[in-house]
Order: sequence, then C-alpha cells, then structure tokens
Amino acid sequence: MTLALNHYLVLAAILFSFSIAGIIINRKNLIVLLMSIELMLLAVNLNFIAFSHFLNDLAGQVFVFFILTVAAAEAAIGLAILIVLFRNKQTINMADINEMKG
Amino acid sequence: MQSLYLAIPLASLFGAIIAGLFGKQIGRGASHWVTSLGVATSFILSLVVLKDVVIDGAAIYNESVYTWMVSDGIKFEVGFLIDSLTALMMTVVTAVSLMVHIYTIGYMSEDPGYQRFFSYISLFTFSMLMLVMSNNFLQLFFGWEAVGLVSYLLIGFWFKKETAIFANMKAFLVNRVGDFGFLLGIACILMFTGSLDYYEVFNKADVLSSSTIEIFEGEPWSVITVACILLFIGAMGKSAQVPLHVWLPDSMEGPTPISALIHAATMVTAGIFMVSRMSPLFELSEVALSFVMIIGAITAFFMGLIGIVQNDIKRVVAYSTLSQLGYMTVALGASAYSVAIFHLMTHAFFKALLFLAAGAVIIAMHHEQDMRKMGGLKKYLPITYWVSLIGTLALIGFPGTSGYFSKDAIIEAVHHSELPGASFAYVMVLLGVFVTAFYSFRLFFMVFHGEERMDQHTKDHLHEPPAVVWVPLVLLAIPSAIIGWLTVDSIVFGSYFDNVLLTLREHDVVAAMKEFYHGEFSFVLHGFSGPAVYLAAAGAISAWFIYLKKPSIADAAQQKLSFIHKLLDQKYYFDRFNDIVFAGGSKVIGSIFWRIGDGIIIDGIAVNGSARVVGWFSQKIRNIQTGYLNHYAFVMVSGLILLLGWAVLG
Amino acid sequence: MIESLVFYFFAAITIVSAGAVITARNPVHAALSLVLTFFSSAFIWMLLEAEFLAITLVLVYVGAVMVLFLFVVMMLDINIARIREGFIKFLPVGIALALIMFGLIYYVVSGDQFSLESMAAPVAKAADYSNTKELGMVLYTEYVFAFEIAAVILLVAIIAAISLTLRRRPGTRYQNPSEQMKVQKQDRLRIVKMEAEKK
Repeated sequence: MTLALNHYLVLAAILFSFSIAGIIINRKNLIVLLMSIELMLLAVNLNFIAFSHFLNDLAGQVFVFFILTVAAAEAAIGLAILIVLFRNKQTINMADINEMKG
Repeated sequence: MQSLYLAIPLASLFGAIIAGLFGKQIGRGASHWVTSLGVATSFILSLVVLKDVVIDGAAIYNESVYTWMVSDGIKFEVGFLIDSLTALMMTVVTAVSLMVHIYTIGYMSEDPGYQRFFSYISLFTFSMLMLVMSNNFLQLFFGWEAVGLVSYLLIGFWFKKETAIFANMKAFLVNRVGDFGFLLGIACILMFTGSLDYYEVFNKADVLSSSTIEIFEGEPWSVITVACILLFIGAMGKSAQVPLHVWLPDSMEGPTPISALIHAATMVTAGIFMVSRMSPLFELSEVALSFVMIIGAITAFFMGLIGIVQNDIKRVVAYSTLSQLGYMTVALGASAYSVAIFHLMTHAFFKALLFLAAGAVIIAMHHEQDMRKMGGLKKYLPITYWVSLIGTLALIGFPGTSGYFSKDAIIEAVHHSELPGASFAYVMVLLGVFVTAFYSFRLFFMVFHGEERMDQHTKDHLHEPPAVVWVPLVLLAIPSAIIGWLTVDSIVFGSYFDNVLLTLREHDVVAAMKEFYHGEFSFVLHGFSGPAVYLAAAGAISAWFIYLKKPSIADAAQQKLSFIHKLLDQKYYFDRFNDIVFAGGSKVIGSIFWRIGDGIIIDGIAVNGSARVVGWFSQKIRNIQTGYLNHYAFVMVSGLILLLGWAVLG
Repeated sequence: MIESLVFYFFAAITIVSAGAVITARNPVHAALSLVLTFFSSAFIWMLLEAEFLAITLVLVYVGAVMVLFLFVVMMLDINIARIREGFIKFLPVGIALALIMFGLIYYVVSGDQFSLESMAAPVAKAADYSNTKELGMVLYTEYVFAFEIAAVILLVAIIAAISLTLRRRPGTRYQNPSEQMKVQKQDRLRIVKMEAEKK
C-alpha cells in the first residue's frame, strides 16, 4: 500500500518513546543517556524530513541540516563534560553524582 | 496703621529671636536689654493704639495682613481685628509683660539660663499678642497653641528638676484635652458657616442657631450649643476650670516671674477673652451659658477652699488664681462680658503684683517657699509688705480698690441673672468671698506678722530685694488700687464695649445693673448694703483670730476635721483620679499595643513569622533537589507528558 | 509496493537497534547499535528523497559523532558489574512513561489530518533532480544567516570542548612565541669587565 505520512510519523514516535525510556532506565550509565538523546534527535529529524517530503517544502530539510550541526556540537561538549566529570569522580554512575543536592 | 499693628507683636518676637539664638554671643546684659526694649516698644505702641481707639474713637480695624492659603473656598489668613477689647487686652498683656521683664533682671540674675528665659517670655508676649489681635479662628488657634507651648517651656525651665518636668508635661497634656475640644468647636463652626473669619461667622450665627447636628444617631443637638460648649472646653483647659484645672497648681514649679505673667495675668485669661470675643455666638445658646456659669461657680468656690490648707506661698496664690478665674467665668455665663473683662484687667494687675511680691519674699528668704518657716517679715521687707497689703485688699474686694469694683460687679451680675443655675452660682460666689478673704489674710498674716519662724542664718540675710525687683511691684500696685475707680464707669456701665461685645436683651444683666448705678462713689456705698463686704470682713477677721491670736485653733481644727482636711489636701482626689484612670489607663493601653500589637502581632507574626514560614517552607522544598540527574530527567519528562496530555486531550 | 516493503524492513531494523541501544549491557554494544540505527535511518531518509541529508547523516553523525562516542567509551574505565544494578527497579516506570508518551503522540499523529486524503503522496522527482543542488540554492540565499551562525556554534563547541578537557602536564617543554618575541638583549646577555690575566 502507499505510504502515508502517518507511517513515518508513527515510526518517529516509536523512536522518541524509546529514547524517553532510555533516559529513565539508564540510571547507571551516563554515556547511554547521551546516546538516548541522540536517538531523540534522530526521531525529530525523521519527522522533519517526512513533512518536508509530503509538503514539498525544502525548509524541513534545511532545518534538519542545522539540527545535525547543533547535535554534533552538543554531543561534543556533552562528552567533554563527561570526561572531566569522570576525571574528578572516577565514575559515571549517576547514583554517585549527587553533590548538587539542596 | 497696619504697620503699627504689625510692629506690636513683631517687636517682642524680634527680641525673643535675638536673645534665643544669639544669647550666648551677646551676653546677659544685651539679652535683657533687647527683649525688654522689644516689649517696651510693644507696650508703648499698645498705648498709642489704646489712645487711638478709646480717646480718638477710631473705627474698628478688621483687615487681613497675609493670606496663607485658600482651600476649597476657605481662607486661611493672618489678620488683625483692633477694637476696644483688643486694645485693652494688648495694653494689659504688654504692661504686665514689661513689668515681669524688668523684675526678672533681678529675680533670675544668678540663673544659668538667663538669656533663654528672656527669650521665652518675649516669645510668650508675641504669642499672646497674636492671639488677642487675631481676626480669625486660625490665628486664634495659632496663638492659643503657641502660648501653651511657651508655657510648657517655661514651667519646665529648670529642666533638670524632675517635678518641673512632671508639671510641664501635665500642663501640656491637660491643655491638649482642652485644645481638642476647642478644635472640634472650630471645626463645627467651619462646617456650618464655611468660614474662619470672626465677622463672617458672627453674621452667619443665625445659621448656626437654627441648624442641628446628630452626633449620636437619632439625637439632634443644636449646633450653636455644641459649638459653644466645645469652644468653652478649650477655655476650660486654658483658663483652668474644673475639671481641667489640675495643671495650674503644678505650674508653680516654674520660676515666679512666669507664674505672674502666664498663670495669673495673661495666658489663663485667654479663655475668658475668647468667650467674650465669641459673645455673639454664646448669646444664642442658653444651655452653653448655663454650663459656663455653673462650671465657673464650682471652680470659684471649691478651688478657694483648697487654698486654705496650702503651706507653699505660691500654691496659695495659684489656688487664688483658679478661684478668681472661676469668678470671671461666672460673669461670662451671666452674659456680663464687660464685667468679666473688667475683672480680667484688675485681676491681672493685683494677681501679678501678689505673685511678684511672693517672689520677692522667696528671694529674700533664699528660695524658701514654705510659709510655716516665715513670719514677721514686715520689719525686714517694708516695701514688699505695703504693696502686698494693697494687692491683698484688692483681692478680697476692699471697698474702693479695683478688685472691689470688679468683684462686686460680678456678684451683682449673677444676682440679676435668670439663667438656670444662677442662684447656685450666686451662693457660690458669695461664699467664695469669705473663703478668698480667709486664705488671703491667712497668707498675709503667716508671712508678714506673728512670730519669726525662720532660722538665724536666714534672718541675718533678710533684706529688701534690689530696686529692679521692687519698682515693678510699686508700678503694679498703683493700678491695683485705682484703676477700678477710674475705668468702671466707661468699661462696665459705659459704651466702651459697644459694637464689640454683644448681649441679647433678655440676658442683659449689665443693663439691669445700670439702673442702680449712679457713679463710682455710690457704687462703693451700695456695696455696704449687700452681704459681700461683710463676708469679706468676716473672712479677714477669722484669719486674724485663728492665725495671729490663737494658732492652736488651726491645729485643733485640722485634727477634728481631718476628713475635710484630707479631702482638701488631696485636692478632691482629682490628681489621684487622673493619675490612675487617665494616665494609668493610657499606659495600660499603650503597653497592650506595644507588647501585644507591636511585639507579638507585628514583629512576631507578620515580620518574624513570615520569615519563619519562608524558612520552614524552603526546608521542605529543598528536599526536591536530590542531586540525582535521573530524578531531574524523570520529573522533566513527566511534566512534559502531563502538558502534552493536557494539550492534546483537554 | 516495493517502497512499503523497503520501508517496513528498514523501520524494523531501526526499531530493533534502538531497543538494543537502551538495553545493552556493554556501552560499546550500545554505541554500535546506535550506529546501526543511524544507518537504517539514512536508508529511510533516502526513501523520502532527502539524499543529501541521508549521506550527511552517515558521514557526520556516524563518522564523527559516533566515533567520538566510541573514543570516550573506550577511554573511560568503567566498572561494568555495578552498571547493571537497579536496572530492574526502574524498568516498569520507564516502560510506562514511554508507553504513555507513545500513546499521546500516536493519538495526534495517526489521525486523518496526516493520511493520504489530506496529504497526497507527492510525485516522485525526475531522475536528474539534484537534492544537493536544491538544498544549496536555498541554504546560501534564504538561510545564509542561520548557516553562518551554525558555523559559529561549531566554533564555540570546539573551543568549549578543548578548554574543558585541556590538561597541562607540568614539566613538558613548549615554546611560547609571544614570550620569545618579547625578549630583550639585557635578559640574555651580561657583559662582565675583567682585568686581563698576565701570563
């Protein structure tokens, strides 16, 4: 059958909910948390491209272009922070990182 | 002419400012010269005005000098109303003030606050002049308050003395109660006539007498009665009528010159002056007039009784002043305004004389004021003796002295009055004559006659005070003796106060008295046909008998009638009552507001309480910040889902 | 027909590998699964005629970002045993929230607004259609400002990442050119006058 926009959007929704689950489940591993965020961005990108295709407007693709840029930058900085955190605490277990409590 | 009128109060004010601000720089001599010259200028110019008004018959001057502001149609101005009443008051005030200034040079010569004292008494003269020369209620109130303030400053002149501070606070607070009534009265008048100017109000007096005001729901009161009674409450405070009289005896804590100036001759007469000035209003309310008369009668008799048991020489004269003020008030109540002003004038002279003479005795006795330690001073202080005798005779109303004319006129006036309470007042003033004579001669005999009860050291130093002290005494003794004879004809029975003091025909007791008046000499003889002269003689003789012949009677009486003695000694417990009820009550209320209202409610609950609530709340809230990243992420996601759910489904 | 088959195939791969990312025990496995997810997503993007972006996804995302991830995973010395604790405790909550989220989005997305009646399947582009060229035409004219800012963002990212993690080892010798330029003759040379020695 012909693919409608719905299909693509549902796929994106599934990826998005996976990433939410990933954020909540992964208490112990900060790296996997960051990866879940990348998954989230992927889901959003898929949404944009699907809309761009069905509405015949390149603006969606341009936006994805920029999201990729920013996601790359964010991943880099996030990992840099992770490294510095690991240097200081020798752990990436979230349960051990609670010094900012009120 | 206006600059002349302006110069009169301003000359005294100028002296006050110079001595007050630059007293230290210019020294004592220059201070007393500049203030005395200022008051002397005011006095001479007042005489010029008196001549202008009385002899040359100038028209009544009623002009505004300066408009302070106009608000909502009401004019707030400084203005002068110069008529015969004003001229008389101005002359009396400046004359007595000048005498007191000169006397003070001798009396306060060793006091460290010399310049301050002169500045204050000149300031007082200025305030009193502004009061009497005023043509509107605002300036009247200004002068009223200003004399109250200067009185406070002067009573507490020796401010390191605790009793003086107690006395000046008492004077100020009691005066405040009177001023509150006064202000309400002025407000009442302003509300119904829309103006503060005397003549505008007098012209609208019929509006006042026909309107009613409901202070309590459903009970309409006549506005003129309410306004007049409220104004009189102000007079009660200032002129020390019962029950607002309690401050005057304590005011004797101030130096004797001011007792003479303020609490005998001038400030306390401001109330009498004010009621006379307001005669067009008072005449329209018989209730107010009766009230005035009864209060005056009570004051006249009962205050005199207290004077009998006092041992401080100044206190006796103070209670005498209270009693005489009561006499003036009775005359006002009987609608004999001219008689009241006449007695005001004569009383100013002989009471100031008596006070200053008492002061002379006090200096001679090295500041000893207890009469039980005096006696037989006649041979040491001859001039003081003779002027005191003249003053005392004037006070008791010895036929021929000025006091006789004014006092007898009052008794006659009350006799003729037909207002409710007049007969009570008549009995009171007659009995008052006996009491006055009794305590006056008690003082005279205890101080100047009899055995000498002072110690040897004081006796060696007894001598007549310097000229600067006894010359004013002599100068005051002269009018005490003769001014009655000279002026009763024109002031009381003549046309002096025509167009100034209004009396309605049905109340006109002076007109009734005029029918029996055939000149001064016949007035003197007429006195012998009434009870007053004999009562006075009886009082004097009783005093001579008890205090000179058989002093033991006094002690026996004190023991037998100890209840009455206690009652009089405690001044009818007015002071105790005020202390416990009003002062104590205010302290309790204040304490409640302080400890509970301020301390517990505002500080504890509102200020500290809110801080504590914030602290407690934030303690609870900070548990949300766990520090765990996954908790934060969880909350964020949950919140997002909730919002999304609400947006999508809601 | 072919199209939907291709779509379902690659969609399945994407979903499975995404599941692997979040449940993997070993972070290296998780990273590699993410790489697979990106690859299959790129295929789907190709289906949607976004060729340039699909290639970019592979080159940039997989080639740079995921490599970076792998570097970091390898570099950090992670205690695997401790990682698995508490996994079971949070699983129900995570699943529940994910399901709720999916349910909400599905409710919106699967409606008639996005079906074929409202949005018709677009006509396939011509064979010589160059997605890159079209994208370039738009990017450098309408969106040039955003383009420049994106460049700045990348610059900022570089600087931030370096400055966060830079470590100076004490004792290493290095050249400081600005100091070298500032040197004066008197810092280096000192002339000492001495008597000439006899003999």
